[in-house]
Amino acid sequence: MTKKISILVVDDESSVRDSLYNWFIEDGFEVACAEDAKTALQMLESEEFDIILSDIKMPGMDGLEMLKRIKNLKKDAIVIMMTAFATVETAVQALKEGAFDYVTKPFDPDDLTHLIRNASRQVSLMDENEKLKEKVISLENVEDLIGESEGMQKVLREIANVAQSSASVIINGESGTGKELVARAIHANSARRFFPLVSVHCGALSESLLESELFGHEKGAFTGAIYSRKGRFEMADNGTIFLDEIATISPKMQVELLRVLETRSFMRVGGNKEIKSDFRVICATNRDLKAMVDNGTFREDLYYRLNVVQINVPPLRERTGDIPLLAEYFIKKYCTSMNRPLMTIEPAAIRRLEEFPFPGNIRELENMIERAIVVGNGKRITLKDLPIEKTGVSYNVESLDDVEKQHISFILNKYNWNISSAAKALKVDRVTLYNKIRKYSLKQA
Amino acid sequence: MKPDSITLISFGSFEKKLLPEIVDDIARVTGVPVLYKEGFIDVGEYFCPERKQYDGNRLLHEIESNFATGTGKTIALFNVDLFIPILTFIYGQAFLNGRCGIVSGYRLRNEKYGLTADDKVFTERLIKEIIHELGHTFGLKHCLNPVCVMRSSTYVEDIDQKSSAFCGTCREIGSF
Repeated sequence: MTKKISILVVDDESSVRDSLYNWFIEDGFEVACAEDAKTALQMLESEEFDIILSDIKMPGMDGLEMLKRIKNLKKDAIVIMMTAFATVETAVQALKEGAFDYVTKPFDPDDLTHLIRNASRQVSLMDENEKLKEKVISLENVEDLIGESEGMQKVLREIANVAQSSASVIINGESGTGKELVARAIHANSARRFFPLVSVHCGALSESLLESELFGHEKGAFTGAIYSRKGRFEMADNGTIFLDEIATISPKMQVELLRVLETRSFMRVGGNKEIKSDFRVICATNRDLKAMVDNGTFREDLYYRLNVVQINVPPLRERTGDIPLLAEYFIKKYCTSMNRPLMTIEPAAIRRLEEFPFPGNIRELENMIERAIVVGNGKRITLKDLPIEKTGVSYNVESLDDVEKQHISFILNKYNWNISSAAKALKVDRVTLYNKIRKYSLKQA
Repeated sequence: MKPDSITLISFGSFEKKLLPEIVDDIARVTGVPVLYKEGFIDVGEYFCPERKQYDGNRLLHEIESNFATGTGKTIALFNVDLFIPILTFIYGQAFLNGRCGIVSGYRLRNEKYGLTADDKVFTERLIKEIIHELGHTFGLKHCLNPVCVMRSSTYVEDIDQKSSAFCGTCREIGSF
């Protein structure tokens, strides 16, 4: 059933209040009246009204002052100002203060009908918009983070706790555990959710490129800077900036970043104007930042500035109970995107997945399921569709770097050292892959 | 509860001769016997010199105080240009769920809009407006059904487009 539109009439003349009251009641609206601005504001503190129709000239507080205060209480309130003494100045002022419309008394009956119809349409649109936003956010939340294990539930609780504040967050976790999804969930549940979430993959960019990415640049700042460009900090105004692979940034960038975090202001590369931006910082890393601080490769002051809240995302091998759920989710996701009937997975295949240590974590599981759907019979994923036996990583390695090196080497060989294909399979960009090849001194056999 | 009668009272220059012609139509739609008579008030007292119109609110209260009696419904008929403070004009108005309403024929005539006089069209518009205001006294609000008599009308063309009958929903609400 459609919700009844509620109208608050504010006018010091009782005949006007009564006339409007009767008119709107006959039209099926819910109507309340206030004889002055003070009473109206008191009513607005305890009750919600969709439309406020107010006189401008009233004893005590006038309608324009009341309009300002209403807008402070509720930014998107629909207020229609009316007056018997119309001047262009007051009309302009009312509209500047955020009035929805401005009308002169007495109205033509048709004008009043149109006015209220337009305002009602605006109310419905705002309602619909709000519901759609909520729906999109809830879809994001539901789809993004999957897991019933204690480790994942702890992460979800931490997200809920931290989302409402503006505190900086460091998300720790191995590669492929879903750190970016955690950052998205924090942003989507925060008051900043209607503003951008800007992601920067620090590891993929050289120092000068990262500087230009983060701060933006002015035209002519360097060779190739044909246009001035906004930086990611500027783009994230009122929203959130997500700095992935924060441990990879250079000492110079660490200093720059610390300064920005302290002052929330910066200058574009080649610019001389200070730009302010209100953003929240969420960082992610797969390295132990504290250890990096201890050995002097990461600034201590920056670490403490960033590490207000720390969320540790558990690796998949520590939450094997979530594997069936995740497998089911990815099957649904890929069957839908490939326009195929929904497939099932045999219990033996699930058991095999649960036994596998997944060095690449959820990303690896996702790739495995995608592959199984492509090579499978189209109805049921079986053991033979899973590449585990043939490609299982040997686990006589200890460090994460060793695992990463081994996995990258495997993928490169699989794609005959075609960098583009290998980068695509690894879901990293080519620069990152080249950096990793250099880092691990990988060579084609 | 259904009223025992509806009374139409003509005031001032309203054509009394029309009353016998319209009572049957109103009785048929409402299912209530309709009586008619002539009333006397000094309509000039309700004239507003600033607006050069007659105050609909004050007239309605006058009818409520001195002419609406018993459990019946009363509609007062005038031939003057009615207004209420917020609107430039009204065809009529009534107390929602109340005992009385007022209707004026002043803006229902073709001549008012520079067209050829048409008594049949005028009578039809008058009947619809009387039934519309009676509907309010029965507790009915404006209806979105384009042919229901309770549809809100801001122009005479709107009145011409709707019928003189209540739609199913309004009939049910008003227990006609």
